[in-house]
Amino acid sequence: MQTLSLVVAYLAGVVFLLAVIFRIRHWVRMPMHVRWELYPVPHEGKRAAHGGSYLEDGEWWKKPRKTSKLNELKVMLPEIFFLVALREHNRRLWYSSFPFHLGLYCVAACSVLMIGVGVIPALRLDFLVNGCIPVLGYAGLVLGVIGALGLIHRRTTDPGLRNFTNPADFLNLWLFVGVLGFALITALASSTGFSAITAGVYALVTFNSSVAVAPGAAGWMVPLSVITMSALLAYIPMTHMSHFVGKFFAFHRIRWDDRPNVRGGPLEGDIQKVLGGRVGWNAPHIRGGEQQSWGESAQQAAQQEAQQ
Amino acid sequence: MKAPKKIEDISRGNGPLAQIDLADQIPLPAPFDTPADEIEIPPLSEDAREKCECLDDTVVLNIPKPETPQEEERLVNSFLEGMRKTFSEEHNWTFLQPLMMSIEHCAGCQTCSDSCHIYEETGGNELYRPTYRSEVLRRIYYKYIAGKSTWVHGDVDLNWTTVSRLLELSYRCNLCRRCAQTCPLGVDNGLLAREIRKIGSQEMGIHPRELHEDGSVLQQTVGSSTGMNDLVFKDNMEFIDEDTSEMVGYDVETPIDVEGADILLIHNAGEIMSWPENIGAFTTLFNAAGLSWTLSSDVAAYDGINYGVFYDDVQLARTVLMHAQSAAKLGVRKIVLGECGHAHKALTVIADRVLTGELNIPRESCMTVLRDIVRSGKIKFDKSRNDFPVTLHDPCNLVRLMGVVTPQREIVDAIVPEGRFREMAPHGVENYCCGGGSGFAIMSGNNFAPWRQRVLGRRKFRQVLEAFSDVPMDHDHPKYLCAPCSNCKGQMRDIIKSYEAWERAGIYYGGLVELMVNAMVDVKPGFVDWEWH
Repeated sequence: MQTLSLVVAYLAGVVFLLAVIFRIRHWVRMPMHVRWELYPVPHEGKRAAHGGSYLEDGEWWKKPRKTSKLNELKVMLPEIFFLVALREHNRRLWYSSFPFHLGLYCVAACSVLMIGVGVIPALRLDFLVNGCIPVLGYAGLVLGVIGALGLIHRRTTDPGLRNFTNPADFLNLWLFVGVLGFALITALASSTGFSAITAGVYALVTFNSSVAVAPGAAGWMVPLSVITMSALLAYIPMTHMSHFVGKFFAFHRIRWDDRPNVRGGPLEGDIQKVLGGRVGWNAPHIRGGEQQSWGESAQQAAQQEAQQ
Repeated sequence: MKAPKKIEDISRGNGPLAQIDLADQIPLPAPFDTPADEIEIPPLSEDAREKCECLDDTVVLNIPKPETPQEEERLVNSFLEGMRKTFSEEHNWTFLQPLMMSIEHCAGCQTCSDSCHIYEETGGNELYRPTYRSEVLRRIYYKYIAGKSTWVHGDVDLNWTTVSRLLELSYRCNLCRRCAQTCPLGVDNGLLAREIRKIGSQEMGIHPRELHEDGSVLQQTVGSSTGMNDLVFKDNMEFIDEDTSEMVGYDVETPIDVEGADILLIHNAGEIMSWPENIGAFTTLFNAAGLSWTLSSDVAAYDGINYGVFYDDVQLARTVLMHAQSAAKLGVRKIVLGECGHAHKALTVIADRVLTGELNIPRESCMTVLRDIVRSGKIKFDKSRNDFPVTLHDPCNLVRLMGVVTPQREIVDAIVPEGRFREMAPHGVENYCCGGGSGFAIMSGNNFAPWRQRVLGRRKFRQVLEAFSDVPMDHDHPKYLCAPCSNCKGQMRDIIKSYEAWERAGIYYGGLVELMVNAMVDVKPGFVDWEWH
């Protein structure tokens, strides 16, 4: 069982990484799109406070462009960790969604710490092993289960949410309740609490299946919990919960992408490339058929008019 | 209230999916707070009901029902083909990434719903949730294009009822993107509404007549969506110069086709026809400030509108190109957009990924040019000439979608006496759309005009009334609603007229430049003509 759990954990880790890489590649490889920003754009510095842009400057193209990555972080980090937009605009859902996400962050932080402790002997400090890891672990599992149950309740009882929740969405939430709940019971059932799970992770990262991970009643539960948690990890990026990847692109590549295209600048080449693509739309006003490019199609109306 | 109960309802049944009763709507503030004060929305004609699949109380697209099963199949397949193209890199590079992002990542949390003025002002009708049409599109995509499980992504049947209702529903969104601003995941339901419109227009040839045949096509062939050709344009400009000269008390002349001028100013030609004082005010200000500028009489270049931004990428690119070519021909240093929000957005922001080389001429908002005129001190203003309550509408395209927020406020500060200006709540990038956005201001077929005013424009009218609530609401106390956008002004004109808001509450509307000229010391007092409209 313990060996199986190690194999599943390794596989799940690989699947998770590959899936995340695939998601990132999916977004990175998409063609340039037209500008579609939405204000406020936080990297606009002081102007961001009122939602302003560099377009508020007279002859903006003559002025040096200043952007602030720090300001982006000031918006992005609270958004990631505290779900600020949801808190501001949908407080009732935030009461469930925030503990759910915070729980996952705690579990992730706990896992990272356990791996760190396993890999780096210098980190095997008492306050980490017996302090941070169990606190983060218990808090994460409890918050995750409470949050997931809250989300199930909201999505079941609110007609507006119910209408937009598919069976698979409920399954996903119940999976979190089941997997996180089982991990919590495992930790509670083990006489050594999170030490058993930490030992399991130690076995994992040291490729040592002979490490005794859990004494007592939780002996079979620890590897089973590792298997279910690993499977969940691999499953997340396969679903629309992969928004943790997409959100970066939604904000940085779309909502906040206000890079100006100045004459002779680096964007012009990319624009020429996409304008060279063919226009295959069939409506009567888009004349020219399959072979006409975007650039030619746009040019056509102007040329026809010039000839008249 | 009649409303769909489920997403799948869009495919089912005959007759309207949703209907709005006055009882569903929150009453307006005084003095328009009784049912007798409300605009009557006449029922759709029997002819329209028989001819089209009904979505709700009104019709924009007028798509006739297919007469045979073969015709229905052809249309449904055409829609599907359009969807395939919409989701392909080759055919939709312009918006593929934002589209996929919004399709794949919506969590269905409905955070966006409360930010939508249409959903709110219909009493929370399910049909008008920003997510309703998006979810229909999403389910069609996953089921019929991507071939994914309906258990995971939800189910919907694709038939003519679905297609025609979905296309019509895409014209129940102002594309103001206020919903996108609140989405925790960056999902943009306004964008999805526009993508649905694109499928209709670019693949099926289905679009509102006002936007296409009488809009972008007319502009690209005759010169302007108003139908005005270059000769009529020049004639009209002569008349405007004469009228303006009389109003300001000295001769003004608008430069046209001046090669080598610094600035090509592009107005929305609707101003020439409906609000000539706006055009005259620009001429007065630019001349008084000593700017080197010109208008162009080239086809399309004397009309800044670009309705493609509302429904069709190809039409959008064509108009952008015509504007830029005219500017290049004149050899101007920059293009400045007049008081028209969507013209700003189209040519300044969206065109930024279309124009290259010699056509990549810098574009600037009139707001910054006017603000810099004020800062320069070249024109003297007397605030006391604008001694009346003023509020400012923020056009979505200019403010939320371009981040031009403070220049117009700096101008107002310079020309309106202290204590007379009041902001709407909310304002700036969190403003509400006037309800005429995405081309609706020029649409009035069937009973759409009163529907647009009572439903789509209701939140803005509420905001205006609330902004002026500290002053007596009667005709004897004139109030100025400053709306520096042609489409927004068209919508406000219709609302003010329908509710008789000038006669009953003294609410008048106009642009920003009129208010500026009204305060110019060198100009005859009384440029703002309160009784004219």
